[in-house]
Amino acid sequence: MGAGSPRARAAAYFLPRDLHPGAWWVWTLGLAVAASRTTNPWLLLTIVAVVCHVVVVRRGEAPWAMAFRIYLVLGATIVALRVGFRLVFGGAEGSTIVLRLPEIPLPAWAAGIRLFGDVSAESLLGGLYDGLRLATMVICLGAGNALANPKRLLKAMPPALYEIGTAVTVALSVFPQLAESVLRVRQARKLRGGTGGRRFHALRTIVIPVLEDALDRSLRLAASMDSRGYGRSGTARPRARFTTGLLMIVGLGGVCVGIYATLDGSTPRFLALPVLLAGLAVALAGFRLAGRRVRRTRYRPDRWRAAELVVAASGVAVAAALFLTSGVDPTNLNPSLTALSWPLLSWPPLAGVLLGVLPAFLTPPPEPTDNADVADAAEKVTA
Amino acid sequence: MIELADVSFWYHGHDTPVLADVSLTVGEGELVLVTGRTGAGKSTLLGTLNGLVPHFTGGHLEGTVAVDGVSTADRPPREFAHLVGVVGQDPLAGFVTDTVEEELAYGMEQLGLRPPVMRRRVEETLDLLGIADLRRRALRTLSGGQQQRVAIGSVLTTHPQVLVLDEPTSALDPTAAEDVLATLARLVQDLGTTVLMAEHRMERVVPFADRMFYVPGDGSVLDGAPPDVLRDMPIGPPIVALGRLAGWDPLPLSVRDARRRAAPLRAALAESAPPPSTAETVDPPALTGTGVVVRYGSTVAVRGVDLDLHGGRVLTLMGRNGSGKSSLLWALQGSGPRQGGTVAVAGKDPRDLSSAKARRLVGLVPQNAGDLLYLERVADECEAADRESSAEPGSCRALLDRLAPGIDARAHPRDLSEGQRLALVLAVQLTASPPVMLLDEPTRGLDYGAKEALARTVAELAAGGRAVVIATHDVEFAAAVADRVVVMAEGEIVSDGPAADVLGASPAFAPQVAKILGPEWLTVADVRAALPEAVR
Repeated sequence: MGAGSPRARAAAYFLPRDLHPGAWWVWTLGLAVAASRTTNPWLLLTIVAVVCHVVVVRRGEAPWAMAFRIYLVLGATIVALRVGFRLVFGGAEGSTIVLRLPEIPLPAWAAGIRLFGDVSAESLLGGLYDGLRLATMVICLGAGNALANPKRLLKAMPPALYEIGTAVTVALSVFPQLAESVLRVRQARKLRGGTGGRRFHALRTIVIPVLEDALDRSLRLAASMDSRGYGRSGTARPRARFTTGLLMIVGLGGVCVGIYATLDGSTPRFLALPVLLAGLAVALAGFRLAGRRVRRTRYRPDRWRAAELVVAASGVAVAAALFLTSGVDPTNLNPSLTALSWPLLSWPPLAGVLLGVLPAFLTPPPEPTDNADVADAAEKVTA
Repeated sequence: MIELADVSFWYHGHDTPVLADVSLTVGEGELVLVTGRTGAGKSTLLGTLNGLVPHFTGGHLEGTVAVDGVSTADRPPREFAHLVGVVGQDPLAGFVTDTVEEELAYGMEQLGLRPPVMRRRVEETLDLLGIADLRRRALRTLSGGQQQRVAIGSVLTTHPQVLVLDEPTSALDPTAAEDVLATLARLVQDLGTTVLMAEHRMERVVPFADRMFYVPGDGSVLDGAPPDVLRDMPIGPPIVALGRLAGWDPLPLSVRDARRRAAPLRAALAESAPPPSTAETVDPPALTGTGVVVRYGSTVAVRGVDLDLHGGRVLTLMGRNGSGKSSLLWALQGSGPRQGGTVAVAGKDPRDLSSAKARRLVGLVPQNAGDLLYLERVADECEAADRESSAEPGSCRALLDRLAPGIDARAHPRDLSEGQRLALVLAVQLTASPPVMLLDEPTRGLDYGAKEALARTVAELAAGGRAVVIATHDVEFAAAVADRVVVMAEGEIVSDGPAADVLGASPAFAPQVAKILGPEWLTVADVRAALPEAVR
């Protein structure tokens, strides 16, 4: 069996590895954008189901991957809140009154706010659809967090943003250390018989040793980084630095305007795609310019390979499908709230959303993490 | 390889130079041991080699320091990253990334090496240091010894010509220190890198050091072969002290050498009685702990330990990291968690008392003694201590003057040396005059001189009728101070008895003197006292 045979290639393709975090983020953003285009509960629930399935099948065992549950809870809370608000602050828009609650009279200065009163099915449904859409988008973001290692995402930043990545990594490692020293100093305080007295004094007795500790440590870290060559090859003339900075800010500004215009149908069209593309181009030019002066290299960089392309393409396809079908059949995507009826589900958008589940089958599984590591970490935390 | 020509260095605002007119040359592949008391200028000397002194620390440097022909005067430390690898005391403080593999690659990324080269060197280094199974681990979850080996590996990947190590084992327990030093010894043999190492566990490094620099603290640096430098040095490991006492020349540097030379001394000692082992006490214990249990979630730190402490006696608590020593001490003091068992001091359980009252029964000096200090001046700390224990004004200062005379009242506690800071914390805790005093790892980071001072202090405390417990890894220190030794493992007491019985006979815990002269001799002081006048 040669390396070229389809079977061998498939085996190599499905070797366990962690995909490029960027690919997962493209996928999740694609699904989030798709969710933003519809209020049809069947479609939204399908998106949630697709996301959950992929996350369960393709996440690792790291703590951030386990946090996905929190996003699901958050989503449910959003839906409950949205519906609850309609109940409490009046929801009488519409003719089908389903619940008659006594209205609590409010003083004149609170005019415009209604407390309880009649509740219509239309307004409840509106709240439910709206909440469901927001919840789905939040769950999509949670999936991005669970599937893509945030630290690897930092590593995958363009060279121009290397400094920011380093700063964030260092900051992330400082927090547990800070928590540790607060704990230690508080225990030590007890050994001196507590301070018994003013709060400010008590605070100071903890803050000062902790800060001194942190300062000491950062000085040592700076010395270590300096002697290991940090910043050795990144010096640029102020003029060049200014140009790259300007390019990046203008470009990113353009990207923001473009995205907003694309998502909001009421803004003029010339602000949408053209500005988005122009902004992207300017920002990329800035990144390239900044990256060119960097002579640093990356150890085992994440690369875009076939699997990454599959993941990203499936996300983009879902978003594109909902954009295309909205032109054909808008009522299906946004069920009417004036004439009450069961929301309908048509095939094209459903098929589009189901494209999002492809990564669950067409990507290699994640690399197994070191169980000993997780156990050790847990031990350290408890000790 | 390294050339120091007429180097003098002053820190800002100080009149006396740390280094004065130092000229040294170190050749390729040499291993140089740098010794001296804490604060004598070892770190400054080592820092000049890659330009951290003065580029990073500030101060004024005269003369030239050159590594491989490149002078530190005109280039910042980062331009020396491929020439000089620096490893500090606390590995965790120097880590930039968070997993082992990435940390090893970090330096190479900065140098811009090609990815295939980086990959190869990371794999080589993992094997060289024996940490291949740790490659994906988060750095914070490693033990101290593993962290220090990663730190060494992370500078080795850039293939530096010179390796500079500033007390690489001072923050480690002895097993981890052994681990690191053994690794270093192998590296020196295999790679032939030039190594400069400051290390106060001299006895482990001396056997394979080619040269020794002694920094006495007056700005000069003594340079010579290890036995010659050791002979005139006021500080030294027990083996050297024994060699001096017995008049051996050249001084033996390893237990093997000394043992071969020790036959006459052993014969002379055989005639005199070994030091009397301290008599069994019959007076009631100052502290009684029964069935003490400490657990953190599902991890059991202390498993039903019974321990009695007697006034006037020093007990040392030994055992590997994580064997429950610290947890036991905190539980006995009453401010740490305790899930089961009883502790009684003068009929009361310190856990049931307010922390202010508990510290009058049991005092504890924690591992990071500095955590107890939070004021800007020594005098303020002393006043605060008097207030906290409602003692006579000035009693803390009086205690401090007895423990470590001559500390400036206006000094900032953080500017004190390790030994002085420990004395200050001890004085603060003693102000409450507790009958039981617990010390957790007090010898960490102390040099020989400071350890001797601490040993004297501990003896004084015991003579004053206090019960003293010292948790320590330091075998030599334990041999010098202990009446009774308790060894813990996995939260249980595995041996408990007079120091000579527990320490002398154990291959792991035996101090150097016992290894040379036999289990009944623990310290040089014992030998000196027992030797007949004629031989002395």
